[in-house]
Amino acid sequence: MTGADAVLRTLEAEGVEVMFGLPGGAILPLYDAMARGTTIRHVLARHEQGAGHMAEGYARASGRAGVAVATSGPGATNLVTPIADAWMDSTPLVCITGQVRSHLIGTDAFQECDITGITIPIVKHSWLVQDVEELAHTLKAAFHVAQTGRCGPVLVDIPRDVQEAEFDFALAETISLPGWKPPRRGHARQIAAAAKAVAAAERPILYVGGGALNAHATDELRALAEAARLPVVTTLMAKSAFPESHELHVGWPGMHGPKWSNWALNKADVIVAVGARFDDRVTGKLSAFAPGATVVHLDIDAAEISKIRHADIPVVGPLKPVLTELGKVLADELTEGKTEPWLRQIAEWEEQFPLRYGEDNTILKPQRVLEALQELTAGRDDMVWTTGVGQHQMWAMQYIRCERPRTFITSGGLGTMGYGIPAAVGAKAARPDATVVCVDGDGCFQMTAQELATSVLEDLPIVVVIVNNGYLGMVRQWQDMFFAERFSQVNLTQTVPDYAALARAYGALGFTVENEEELDVALEAALSSGRTCVVDARVDPREHCFPMIPAGAAATDVLEYTAEESVTA
Amino acid sequence: MKHTLSVLVENKPGALTRVTSMFARRGYNIESLAVGPTERDDVSRITLRVDCAQHSLEQIEKQMHKLVNVLRVQELAPGESVERELALLKVAAPASKRTELMALADVFGARVADLGPDSIVFELTGSPEELDSFQELVRPHGLQELVRTGRIGLGRAARPTRSRAQQQVMV
Repeated sequence: MTGADAVLRTLEAEGVEVMFGLPGGAILPLYDAMARGTTIRHVLARHEQGAGHMAEGYARASGRAGVAVATSGPGATNLVTPIADAWMDSTPLVCITGQVRSHLIGTDAFQECDITGITIPIVKHSWLVQDVEELAHTLKAAFHVAQTGRCGPVLVDIPRDVQEAEFDFALAETISLPGWKPPRRGHARQIAAAAKAVAAAERPILYVGGGALNAHATDELRALAEAARLPVVTTLMAKSAFPESHELHVGWPGMHGPKWSNWALNKADVIVAVGARFDDRVTGKLSAFAPGATVVHLDIDAAEISKIRHADIPVVGPLKPVLTELGKVLADELTEGKTEPWLRQIAEWEEQFPLRYGEDNTILKPQRVLEALQELTAGRDDMVWTTGVGQHQMWAMQYIRCERPRTFITSGGLGTMGYGIPAAVGAKAARPDATVVCVDGDGCFQMTAQELATSVLEDLPIVVVIVNNGYLGMVRQWQDMFFAERFSQVNLTQTVPDYAALARAYGALGFTVENEEELDVALEAALSSGRTCVVDARVDPREHCFPMIPAGAAATDVLEYTAEESVTA
Repeated sequence: MKHTLSVLVENKPGALTRVTSMFARRGYNIESLAVGPTERDDVSRITLRVDCAQHSLEQIEKQMHKLVNVLRVQELAPGESVERELALLKVAAPASKRTELMALADVFGARVADLGPDSIVFELTGSPEELDSFQELVRPHGLQELVRTGRIGLGRAARPTRSRAQQQVMV
């Protein structure tokens, strides 16, 4: 058997169903092996960055590692952005790249680049396979590393001659990774201390991060929250980890989170961080963040403990058993009704500080687009959302309600514009039953729009709703608020390109809407079409995303929408 | 504060790069670095000297532990470890100065590694502090060239040696 065939047999044995990629010279033998036969579906992307984000979207929607394939040189470097994105958001991603023939490595051969070297700071681990005999073990190890401990990206670089080499293939039964020892359980004494702190708290809160989704621990999380009557805030990465219609869900903390959510987190006396990492977009000015709180930090990654905020009670371990254990120990220590006054206080803040924007009959407001989407899809259990990065992403966080895990897929840590469309295609591949909607910005759309072709031709229909304000809207907002309204290089225009016409050119359905009536009609048509659709919603370009915690300000100092702001904006 | 870290890594291509890249990426400065074989063919030891606060040291240790090629990270605490370094020093040595230089070398236990008409190459092994002293004492004579290996160290003989068997992950 050749090395290339061995790659496919190993991926099949790992349970891979779909891979996303684009062929080229150094990966030709692997694509030739695909042509000879494999049970794995290959989705042909139009750009390797698209393939990488598709694999990420697949991973986030399915909970299994996504697989991206690219050739050497530029193919591999185009994967760098998705790899960095997966690194920041702890998305399990296995990248397989072709490399020039072994004897050419180091000679600056055509399409040669040191991709293992380039990606060292943004992968959990990477391998350059130098001997075909190592191939099966290496790939098995790659899947193991990507999906155990804190999830993340790995890369396997395979020279062309290794793909072509003939050898006696056998599936790897065991792998030897003497240096890879992710924790298997939390420390019982630490869990007991955590339970004591939570039981004693007057104002406890669960601050949930993306780790809860990666750990498949959402049932355990809910059980704990309900048993102890703990309010829950979910970060952007954790959106959908806890049902958002649940009375204990108290919103999303951070720069554009509602004021009441930030107040709940910052005024708590015990914060239980669950797979969250105290990102600067959540904490705001660190010295002013939740000054009175005792921090219980549950995380599988020991390096996150006390990295940013000192953890008074750290518990290092996989969240699923840790949350179960914590719930068990806590059950004996709870005082009935103890958190009710605190929950009432948060509910009062929610009443007091609702999300608001300036309604205007003469122009379509961007928030209205998200509200309409939410109204049209409320109660449906088949929705999966993806987003790009910017204002539209924050409005999606604020207005879309997610009830089931893995239904909100977004680029958090890296903030990768253009993530939405390919991630939606990947999510659709993972969840063919789902209606996948990408809430996009006009800036983001133009970064990865070519993957509409993939969506159409691979029969992976998605609905792209462009919140089109004709600007790099978040940048414009910052220039408006913090750079004395000097707008610098942010005007994209709402009309070039004509997004609906572009969609039609790709074989998708295109809609252009400029008011609420057109919006509702187009969204209903798009959601029920079963085809790839682009809805170009032309919205008020002056709208700012509120609430907002200015960079460097305390998380409790939230700027909210005011009527005056709307006039000056 | 300065700390010495002893890091056991798999003897694989790229292992050293992964360790040093982590330092660069997280903004920590490596003051000295020595890499070499250990009692096991498949394991190398990196001895690192870093200048950082205790909090940063904990971060460094934890971030290093996450690297797949890293087997063990240990701080060599002063008093609980022996640390040594090797230096080669080329010193200007006209005939009139040789006796004085040789006497100085004798005090430190430095060997003459090479002898030329106008200079001597001394070889000195010792604690990094001894090397510092010798270096400063010969400097006025004309220190032409200097190379130091960076410190290496081991836990003291009285401390138990922990060894970990190769772990097979069954999947």
